[in-house]
Amino acid sequence: MSQRVIRLQVNGQPREGEAPARKLLVDFLREDLGLTGTHVGCEHGVCGACTIVMDGEAVRSCLLFAVQAEGASIATVESLADGERLHALQQSFHECHALQCGFCTPGILMSMLAFLSETPAPTEEQIRVALSGNLCRCTGYQNIVRAVQMAAARMAGK
Amino acid sequence: MRKARYIGINQLRLEDRRLLTGTGKYVADVRFPGMASAAVLRSQEAHARILEIDTSRARALPGVLAVFTARDLGGVGGIPMRLAPREALQKCFQKPLASDRVRYVGEPVALVVAADRYIAEDALELIDVSLDALPPVADLELGRSAGAAVLHASLGGNVAEHIVMRVGDPEGALARAPVRLKERFRIQRHTGIPMETRGLLAAYDRGTDTLSVWGAAKVPHFNRQILADLLGRPETSVRMIETDVGGGFGVRGEFYPEDFLVPWAAIALGRPVQWIEDRLEHMMATNHSREQVHYVEVGVRRDGTIEAMLTRAVHDMGAYVRTNGFVAPERAAAFVPGPYRIRNFLAEVDCVMTTKTPTGSYRGPGRYEAAFVRERTIDLVARELKLDPAEVRRRNFVQPQEMPYNVGTKAFGHDVIYDSGDYPRLFGQALERAGYEALRAEQAEARAKGRFMGIGLAPFVEKTGVGPWETARVRIDGSGAVAIYSGVTSVGQGMETVLAQICAEQLGVPPEKIIVRHGDTAEIPQGAGAYGSRGTVTGGSALWDAAGKVRDKLVRLAAHRMEVSAEELELRDGAVVLPGTDLSMSFRELARAALPGQPMPAGMEPGLDISAYYVVKETAHPYGVHVAVVDVDAELGVVKVRKYLIAYDIGVAVNPMLVEGQLVGGFAQGLGGALLEELVYSDKAQLLTGSFMDYLLPTSVEMPSSVEVLLMQEAPSPHNALGLKGAGEGGTVAVGAAIANAVEDALAPLGIRVTTLPLSPNAIFELIRAARKAG
Repeated sequence: MSQRVIRLQVNGQPREGEAPARKLLVDFLREDLGLTGTHVGCEHGVCGACTIVMDGEAVRSCLLFAVQAEGASIATVESLADGERLHALQQSFHECHALQCGFCTPGILMSMLAFLSETPAPTEEQIRVALSGNLCRCTGYQNIVRAVQMAAARMAGK
Repeated sequence: MRKARYIGINQLRLEDRRLLTGTGKYVADVRFPGMASAAVLRSQEAHARILEIDTSRARALPGVLAVFTARDLGGVGGIPMRLAPREALQKCFQKPLASDRVRYVGEPVALVVAADRYIAEDALELIDVSLDALPPVADLELGRSAGAAVLHASLGGNVAEHIVMRVGDPEGALARAPVRLKERFRIQRHTGIPMETRGLLAAYDRGTDTLSVWGAAKVPHFNRQILADLLGRPETSVRMIETDVGGGFGVRGEFYPEDFLVPWAAIALGRPVQWIEDRLEHMMATNHSREQVHYVEVGVRRDGTIEAMLTRAVHDMGAYVRTNGFVAPERAAAFVPGPYRIRNFLAEVDCVMTTKTPTGSYRGPGRYEAAFVRERTIDLVARELKLDPAEVRRRNFVQPQEMPYNVGTKAFGHDVIYDSGDYPRLFGQALERAGYEALRAEQAEARAKGRFMGIGLAPFVEKTGVGPWETARVRIDGSGAVAIYSGVTSVGQGMETVLAQICAEQLGVPPEKIIVRHGDTAEIPQGAGAYGSRGTVTGGSALWDAAGKVRDKLVRLAAHRMEVSAEELELRDGAVVLPGTDLSMSFRELARAALPGQPMPAGMEPGLDISAYYVVKETAHPYGVHVAVVDVDAELGVVKVRKYLIAYDIGVAVNPMLVEGQLVGGFAQGLGGALLEELVYSDKAQLLTGSFMDYLLPTSVEMPSSVEVLLMQEAPSPHNALGLKGAGEGGTVAVGAAIANAVEDALAPLGIRVTTLPLSPNAIFELIRAARKAG
């Protein structure tokens, strides 16, 4: 299979790589760009572990080919913290004990990042609906909902 | 004990930063130059003779390095059991690749190693396997009948083991009981489904003859032994390395066929080989669990007192006996009595081989099943006698003055003996917190309006801190830093934080400053691991001992150097100080003072590096009560959990926030088993629910808005220094029971009896339709 050149913006930096047409975006991010914070949980678009933000929207990087991201602007979990300072979402997840094994966490953070940018003051019900596209097997979601509420308040206060 | 400073606080987790920033390292994140990828060809037939496997087309594909079948593995043995080996069960062990017969859909038949995973999967399609189909054994009850095809000829049938636990005179007491009831209960096949699938990376260094395996989890030391034995190598030449682990729940980290195949291929090819299970494989390859049928008979007095309880059960083992395949059926038998005094008891369990994915432990193995059977039975008794289900429970609890209480059943051959607790008291506290009386009043109003509201109760007793032993080593390094080397492992539950808190308590160093190492067998040559809610109890107890000895040594050494008495000294922030003076020695100075050749008190050995074992003589038994409040939409068949309470006494909570996290998360898994999750097989033993499109996990909208936790610490275990009991499984075990009781209670006006899980909308709809038809 021939290699294709893919150029895109990732976490604010121009990146370039070569991949066959059939290579999934998530594998390209992880293997070619070394961004292993984005995880593969199901490869059929249900679990949400591979969620990234692409051109402002939360998307599942296991449902896209790398070539489809040509020219796109992508944000992964690695972009959230500012040096040692955690993003409000990360800090709230930490304080609310909203993660256990942490495998689903990057996908949830990126889903919630996109969600809060559209819905800065969500109700609990809205958070639960927005979160329902991400599976977590450890926490029972309760603390995740609290963490998103806390993060929303913090981000509004900025 | 001194006043606790670090034990009992809601310490935020030390693990979080790396996991939140994408810098954690799960096994798929570990990548080496020159690494090859493996993929497994799996049987698509449930039961068949293998006539021929032709790998020539696959081997010819560019990028393919090798294709292995059973013939290439030579005479490698079956994968042994880790727990409770029994002779009959050994006849059903699985070899890493099927040689002459396949016995379940998903059984490994060949291994492809290629330049990358994409090519490896291409090659799978080019392997030609000719099979001669044999009759499937899809149903566990039909599996033990005379006409069923036999999976393992040397067994002579499909019943691998027949468990019998007998207390008193169950048949006689049943015959004499004034009221007798019987029912058939079924618990469906479902399983742990961690969000990270399994995976391994193996690399062999020919120069040092060392095999390294990343991705070990749960029980790396046991797996090192199995792998070394299967490969015929010394244990010390095999290094297992635990990475970050994306959930365990009992299924992950056991020794599976791939745990042999991937390291074996790395040696054979002389280059690193990685295999990451995909989700579709996971659904058919990783242990299933829970599938049981129970035929229950109960004899009671008219006041609800149980005279006798008998269950004759069938447990689905699947096609092979896995490393921990005996735990669920045995624990189910042992824990049917639960918190009740049942002096005439019988449990018989047929462990039946079927042509389905092998089964093993899933969070609360056997206890989820037992709680469903027991608590459903109690509710049936209450309905029959027209008594409040809470009252029937009160009349049967084991009383606090009976502790320690010998149930009369056995787990791994040891008597099940409850160590401490006041079951009726916790039950009362739970009902009070839930507002039980008010809920009953509300229910009466709801019924008057034609709404279906139900309340379900499910008390239980857990078994935690299981054996055989655990290790911990504490070392003050040359820079004065405190390092813990623990034999337990982390499957994501926060073990590092809890261990750091326990060590901090002894040494007066904040948890954040303590370095916690675990899961690398080169650093930690011995250990047992993470199973049976044991990490904090056993690993914590060993650590408490080791850290206490380091503390004593630090103090004695400092006293010797300062020429003061040891009793006057205190530990503060990494130093030993004499309060009220400026006399102080830092851990760094003391580490130097402890080097060989330095002046020391008479008889003191050099070094600040101490190991300790904790040997489990008796297990710790926390106990709890689940209270479910549900609304059932009788038209849609949807169960809405309005309120859920988990009351749990675990003796001592090292970190209450993490305990609550375990309980609420455990509840979500239990809820999946109660309402949604089922691994459905066709009558040809084809798995029909092989993806997340049809195997449904609970999402944020299925969870009730708030799961309330009433965490009690009134009954510490007498079996360890800190009084610890385990917290990992109590959120899960009683959920099926409580939800089923609540649903039946809600639909009581329609005369419905709930005897099977899950209570999916379809199932509820069918129950209602059948009841209306009958009525």
